[in-house]
Amino acid sequence: MRRPRLPALPAATRTPLARLLVAACFCALLIYPWIYSKYLTTTLTQWLPDTSTAFVILAFTVMGLGLNFVVGYAGLLDLGYVAFFAAGAYIAGFLASEQFANAGSVVFGGTVLPGTPGIHLSPWLVILIAAIFTALLGIVIGIPTLRLRGDYLAIVTLGFGEIIPQFVRNGDNLGGFNLTNGSFGMNGIDGLGFGNRVHHAIHALPANFLNELDSRWYYWTALALVVVTIVSSILLRDSRLGRAWIAIREDEDAAAAMGVPLMRTKTLSYAIGAFFGGAAGALITLQAGATSPDAFSLQVSIFVLSMVILGGIGNVWGVALGGILLAYVNYKGLFAAGNTFNSTFGTNVDIPEYSYLIYGVAIVLFMLVRPEGLIPSARRRAELHEEEEEENLVPESSTA
Amino acid sequence: MTDELLVDARSVRKEFGGLVACNDIDFTVERGSIVSLIGPNGAGKTTFFNMLTGSYTPTAGEIVFDGRDIVGLPQHKITALGIGRTFQNIRLFGAMTALENVLVGMHARLDSGLFRSLFRTPLQRREERQGRAQARELLAYCGLSPRAERQYARHLAYGDQRRVEIARALATDPKLLLLDEPTAGMNPRETNAFVDFVRKAREDRGLTVLLIEHDMRVVVQVSERVTVLDYGEKIAEGTPDEVTADERVRSAYLGTKPVA
Repeated sequence: MRRPRLPALPAATRTPLARLLVAACFCALLIYPWIYSKYLTTTLTQWLPDTSTAFVILAFTVMGLGLNFVVGYAGLLDLGYVAFFAAGAYIAGFLASEQFANAGSVVFGGTVLPGTPGIHLSPWLVILIAAIFTALLGIVIGIPTLRLRGDYLAIVTLGFGEIIPQFVRNGDNLGGFNLTNGSFGMNGIDGLGFGNRVHHAIHALPANFLNELDSRWYYWTALALVVVTIVSSILLRDSRLGRAWIAIREDEDAAAAMGVPLMRTKTLSYAIGAFFGGAAGALITLQAGATSPDAFSLQVSIFVLSMVILGGIGNVWGVALGGILLAYVNYKGLFAAGNTFNSTFGTNVDIPEYSYLIYGVAIVLFMLVRPEGLIPSARRRAELHEEEEEENLVPESSTA
Repeated sequence: MTDELLVDARSVRKEFGGLVACNDIDFTVERGSIVSLIGPNGAGKTTFFNMLTGSYTPTAGEIVFDGRDIVGLPQHKITALGIGRTFQNIRLFGAMTALENVLVGMHARLDSGLFRSLFRTPLQRREERQGRAQARELLAYCGLSPRAERQYARHLAYGDQRRVEIARALATDPKLLLLDEPTAGMNPRETNAFVDFVRKAREDRGLTVLLIEHDMRVVVQVSERVTVLDYGEKIAEGTPDEVTADERVRSAYLGTKPVA
């Protein structure tokens, strides 16, 4: 058998069919809020997530894609990604709530009325600031930890994933200053919207036009963030920086000997992963209107990591699919399955209760059957199926 | 004086715990020369290489490369100053194509960073295009067929992997090229071709070459100076003929007669 000519880059985005598929998926996701309302009355409803749930699914997908920069590209096993989720969430809380009412009233494009105490920045700005701040936090955490390799790195990141939630839990008395409200968390966080800006710009529009946005807009914002993350992933993957990441993943020493600055390159992947984690965290918090330290458990880190593994480490499309699928199962699928199961068999089993059992079994099965994930990157396929490839090579090398 | 010496290492010492891997070695390489480092297994040759490239820091001593003390510099800076290397056991980036491997070698010579890559600026595109063209040339120069360029390094035949590794080292645009047992696993014909290649590369690219080599025929054919290490000590230095005639070298390689 002739060895297939392997393309330089994962083939997924190269064929017209794949492009068409991606475009179709995007369009379907774009019009999903309407699809949902159309099928509202059918039996499908209980299987379809409502727009708010779909928003959460996409927001978590952004986290999966963000973690893919770290785990998939640079090959750094990060078990504490939840730290960035927490950072993004709290920054959003600080900048868009009455948390700092003592500071007076700073309303800069916020969705609240002028004169409301606390800091209320424009939510779009909040997302950006949260992302940038979280990226900086990624650098601060990364500089000491990324010197470690392999298992040691995983353990230390695990530690940071616990430290950040502990910090916010105990952050209600930092030398007398209440930063985080401790275990109560923050409430009354503003939502997405343009405040009264749209009305100010075009007076013909009603006074509260797009002032505060409904759940569909959250959904579309998350979708936009997914697109930005995917595009950034692809652009960076096919660049000097992306090559350096993969080189580090393949052989750190050889990469250094070829002139790749290890610390800087690794820290950059960490910072970019943190950037998207922070953005997603902020967005989720703006939607929920509240946040608390209990939301940031190790399970979130594992959940996001599972998206990357399930989808296909290092492949953007795989991770996007894995993220949507896993988040769907977690936030909708299991409930729907549980209801169907109970109504069919007349039982009363709380299926979502067993979610981590189900995920655990699923991950074990996946690792056994298809370790490269749903849509593997061509690189990973080359790595994991080396033996089979080599069997195929024998006839060719004998004729060469 | 220093102008003629590309490498000037003085009493370089490396200890691993109680083991002295390199014991106060003085070592110089003249610009434009081809120098071999030989010695039995465990003599400290690769350790010495690793100190030159910065992956080990010497316990003591100084290494001046191109007029600059490089001890303590991180590896990527040393590579940028002009030391390129290959590894004893080929260490390509297996899941990257041959072309990409060479492009990684160019890392220090290209400078598109995060933002230029994200926004695909004209500068970035041009750099990328030129880099690719240059990488192709290098691979062809090292004798890799264009067909193999886009194959994953781990799928390449052994000889091709060697070629890619040298192309990758040359891509760092080195002044000094370090080759760690480059002819291991080659048959005599390939070995001869390799000797010719090293000479040609030196002329074409103004290289200085330092190689670790076990095959004495290669050492004698290709090198102008030879340094012999044994148990971390330098036991001989000179032209290939001088060194092969040296009694200590012979006993290091062949063993001494047992003293009755």
